[in-house]
Amino acid sequence: MRIATGGLIDREKPIRFTFDGKPVTGFAGDTVASALLANDILLMGRSFKYHRPRGPVTAGSDEPNALVTVGEGAEARPNTRATCQEIYDGLTVTSQNRWPSLRFDAMAVNDLLSPFLAAGFYYKTFMWPRAFWEKLYEPIIRRAAGLGALSGQPDPDRSEKAFAHCDLLVIGAGPAGLAAALTAAEAGADVILATEDTRPGGRLLSETVTLGDQTGREWADRMAARLAAMGNVRVMARTTVTGVYDSGTYGALERVAEHVMPGEAPPTCFWRLVARQAILATGALERPIAFPMNDRPGILSAAATRTYLNRYAVSPGARVAVFGNNDDAHRTATDLAAAGVTVAALIDTREDATSDGAWPFYPGAEVIETQGRLRLEGLTIRKPGGTLRIGADALAVAGGWNPALHLTCHMNGRPVWQEDIAAFVPTANAIPGLTPCGAALGTFSTAGCLEDGRRAAEAALDALGHSPKPIDLPDAEDTPYSPPATWAVTAPGRAWLDLQNDVTTKDVHLAARENFRSVEHMKRYTTQGMATDQGKGSNVTALAILADATGRTIPETGTTTFRPPYVPVPISSMGAGHAGKGFAPERFTTSHEASTARAAPMIEAGLWYRPSYFPVHGEKTWRESCDREVRMVRECVGVSDVSTLGKIDIQGPGAAEFLDLVYTGTFSTLKEGRIRYGLMLREDGHVMDDGTTARLGPQHYLMTTTTAAAGPVMAHLEFVAQGLRPDLDVKLTSVTDHWAQFAVAGPRARDLLNSLLEEEVTDDAVPFMSCWLATVSGVPVRLYRISFSGERGYEIAVPARYGAALWRLLVAQAESLGGGAYGIEALNVLRIEKGFITHAEIHGRTTAYDIGMQAMMSKTKDFIGKAAAARPGLTESTRERLVGLRPRDPANMPLPGGFLFTKGETPSRANAQGYVTSACWSPTLETHLALGFLASGPERMGETLRFTDHLRNRDFEVTVTDPVAFDQDGGRMRG
Amino acid sequence: MADLIARPATHGLLPIEIGSVVLEDAQPEAITWIAPYNRKKSAVTRTLGGFPGPGQVVEVKAGRALSVGPGQALILGAPAACDDAAVVDQSDGWTVVALDGAAARDVLARLTPLDLRDSALSENATARTLLGHMTASITRTGPYRYELMVFRSMTQTLIHELTRAMKHVAARARLSGPG
Amino acid sequence: MRLTCPHCGERDLREFAYKGDALALSRPEANAELQAWHEYLHIRDNPAGPTRELWYHTPCGSWMVAERDTATHAVHRTMTPAEATK
Ligand SMILES: [Zn+2]
Repeated sequence: MRIATGGLIDREKPIRFTFDGKPVTGFAGDTVASALLANDILLMGRSFKYHRPRGPVTAGSDEPNALVTVGEGAEARPNTRATCQEIYDGLTVTSQNRWPSLRFDAMAVNDLLSPFLAAGFYYKTFMWPRAFWEKLYEPIIRRAAGLGALSGQPDPDRSEKAFAHCDLLVIGAGPAGLAAALTAAEAGADVILATEDTRPGGRLLSETVTLGDQTGREWADRMAARLAAMGNVRVMARTTVTGVYDSGTYGALERVAEHVMPGEAPPTCFWRLVARQAILATGALERPIAFPMNDRPGILSAAATRTYLNRYAVSPGARVAVFGNNDDAHRTATDLAAAGVTVAALIDTREDATSDGAWPFYPGAEVIETQGRLRLEGLTIRKPGGTLRIGADALAVAGGWNPALHLTCHMNGRPVWQEDIAAFVPTANAIPGLTPCGAALGTFSTAGCLEDGRRAAEAALDALGHSPKPIDLPDAEDTPYSPPATWAVTAPGRAWLDLQNDVTTKDVHLAARENFRSVEHMKRYTTQGMATDQGKGSNVTALAILADATGRTIPETGTTTFRPPYVPVPISSMGAGHAGKGFAPERFTTSHEASTARAAPMIEAGLWYRPSYFPVHGEKTWRESCDREVRMVRECVGVSDVSTLGKIDIQGPGAAEFLDLVYTGTFSTLKEGRIRYGLMLREDGHVMDDGTTARLGPQHYLMTTTTAAAGPVMAHLEFVAQGLRPDLDVKLTSVTDHWAQFAVAGPRARDLLNSLLEEEVTDDAVPFMSCWLATVSGVPVRLYRISFSGERGYEIAVPARYGAALWRLLVAQAESLGGGAYGIEALNVLRIEKGFITHAEIHGRTTAYDIGMQAMMSKTKDFIGKAAAARPGLTESTRERLVGLRPRDPANMPLPGGFLFTKGETPSRANAQGYVTSACWSPTLETHLALGFLASGPERMGETLRFTDHLRNRDFEVTVTDPVAFDQDGGRMRG
Repeated sequence: MADLIARPATHGLLPIEIGSVVLEDAQPEAITWIAPYNRKKSAVTRTLGGFPGPGQVVEVKAGRALSVGPGQALILGAPAACDDAAVVDQSDGWTVVALDGAAARDVLARLTPLDLRDSALSENATARTLLGHMTASITRTGPYRYELMVFRSMTQTLIHELTRAMKHVAARARLSGPG
Repeated sequence: MRLTCPHCGERDLREFAYKGDALALSRPEANAELQAWHEYLHIRDNPAGPTRELWYHTPCGSWMVAERDTATHAVHRTMTPAEATK
């Protein structure tokens, strides 16, 4: 019911939206809940387990009942709190967890079964037979229970994430938060003021309080304007601080554009706020009283009732009863009457309470029953001298306040019980640098909150090294808080605690009887507090009921805790921007465009994209292209982009000694202009990486790493330089991206180069494993004579700006000679034919000995991994060591991952003799080939083994061979 | 003999203007990495005409020198040489772009965990940090202008990330603007 | 969590990589007993309390040692490896 005047709504701006398809009109400034209440729609949802009809009980983010789906299709947001969602023209709102309709829900039959569905019901009932759980019980239970459904469509990933930094973060913008922000801002601190609400003010927007000669709302508006005008203050509205993390880092969810029609603006922004100091001014949440049938639509918190009344000019009913255990009940009755709403009754549990209002007043009374189905129709009270039925269409319940201390629990702080306010308050120093104040600390009067906010800000300023300036705070009400004592009403019937998970006081008593006496056990057993509202309304009350049931005091029974996030955070906000291209950086070589122009399929190698093969007209499978490219290299010349290999420039007087330490071999003896293959071990003796290193000058080396290990090798080298040998004068930098580098391989590689280079390449000038400076079209290039194909090979390196041009030139020249470009499929075949290893072989568990490179481990100097590689277990000949494998039938491919067995043995894991790491079809040798590791491998040449791949159902015989299947003496690459 | 045509990393991709922010190419003629050998920093400083301390940008003979790591600087400008330091040409290893405009800081705040406030990153300050998932170098060259550097191979990702953030910042401005 | 790189200053955790106990800086002599190597490579305490850890600041390539409390998550001090082994 809309009140004729007042409220923070704009009656000039009607807003039209739909609820379950039916048009509803509200005003700008309304939430879905306030607009529906204004239209006398109280039924907004169904409960999780019993499908009971429910309406809103709060006016904020702690709402357990009024969860709705907002929007449609992929943009739909299930489980949105109707109490927070602002309305806009065209908004569609749909109720949840009901079928076929909200008013008639077939699953409400669960409610009739509720005597059988008590706490622990599922555990007790569906234990047996065990196999039925997954197939039968769970699907049925899941269908019956639940909240909103996901759209099933991919998330459009329209949200964003951001970072912000400040001296002081003030969380909450009620009287305490505003006083704190003002104090800090006036002293010159960099302040972020975050409020969950659409505007600063907190409870001042909901109450009829005065501050000095202004209304609370006027003062809040004036303070907000003053703060907004200051350059050192950032006011973040619609921003809920959701979590506290180490070193002053806070997570916060900003609802950027959820209050307007979806458009270009991101719906949400997930902030990482970094603050040197913070102030918790999150206020308090009003708690319920557990009385029989306290869940009917129309029963809501008294604080929410005042919010709807004073802020939205809405009354939940025409005849509203008020029930409470403290003075807030009286304040509520006063506000209702002032708004012209009939106060059906004021029921106060305190026998000594008095009231001078013009309404029926019942001190020392309790609500023991309520009536109505889809909305409240009346209630029964027990008062001194008997019971009484009262007709009312709404009931406001004032159960006292729980400080909103949730964030103080995020780093393991445990709230402490404060007897004089009968509430938990934050434990001292729960979060380093975070100072709670105001109602969040148990100070409930307006004057107290203002003063507390100032005090907290002064403490924070002190820690920041700022001097506070005096600020004026207005006079405000300073009524002492009347501590509420009543948690529950003792009377027959179900009294609901956790509205979202349908947990009643009976369930808690049952848990206690069945010896789940610890709070944590009770919570798991009953599921109390484990729904999306994390028990904001019910935790403390449930604890009090458990204390009562077990005959202990509340502090004896335990405490409550809360985990991040304070409110649910959509996964689409946490992962914003990380779908598709945002998932990881894409690294492209300079030949990328030319490769894709030739329809080369790209394959990811780390972050890089490399061409698999270059299909030509008429080729139908990748194998056809790959085989052609291999033959091209073996018989003529091929060109391949190898820019992705890591390149590290190493210089300094200590460079030679440094390399001798990080490589198993000796590089101090390498001659200038020459290249050596290097093997790098981890300190535990296993192979880390391999590659070639060229000596470019007396103190200047260029190391290459594998594509995958470029980053880790760089970090390793820096570790050795900075951590182990800071005495060595050596400087390292990555030049991977500076150079575009192309392999030119094949019998005609030299011819190709000589058609391009200004200098003539001869074998005397450029012998195998040497490097040379040359020129192409006036551009200096580096030429390295190395081979990963087994053919005469060169790698030509040019500054990346020339990469695209040089690639086109090389491919054109290669094609004119009868060769062309080759991709990494062919590159892989070429190296398997030659028995060259990659990270398929040096996979982290193999040693130099295992890969047959024990001779490369210098005996005359120390190197990383030397001591550990000599450990007895790592040098036994029975270890699985590198071998070549050839199937008896050339058509059979021994797939990597398959296992090797001695002939005649059962192919079981225990009998495995080794495994396959790499395999290919060799067009050169016209057979499949593989590399693998075999126990005592090199001593078993010629033996026939059984290859079995249980996963892909392969089982055939292979013969053990030398890893080098082609050109064993290496004559082709040496030239 | 055909010419080798040089192609900038941002070829055909920039400039991009969205809202109040422009993203443009800012590639210098040369980028030279300099790391003075041990106990040679003052000699190198003399030769170059300066050497930046952590977080600093200093004018040197060849151009601007940015601190990029412990005992390391990049000189953006003309090619530089120095006998007392490891010197490496990285002109083609980095892509340098400039983000310019009143909301440039808001755009960056969507991608980097770096503190971008005046008190932490003043004009002519530089930082190695992250930009999205990329390691990057961010240098503030004006009140509303930042130069950003990532490895050349990541140019397209850099532009993709910045463009997305620029669109969001512009859309937010429209949201809170008139109407 | 935030850590202070000896070169760059205080930064967000996501800029760093954790690399284990700072013990790794104390590499045994080449001719040390196998037991010394075994302890260097494999034997680590798992304290609920103060630790000395190696971290790597990926953007600038600085290695550092952080004195940190695993129970409170407080970072007491960070320093270069050279400072840590002095
Ligand atoms: Zn750093």
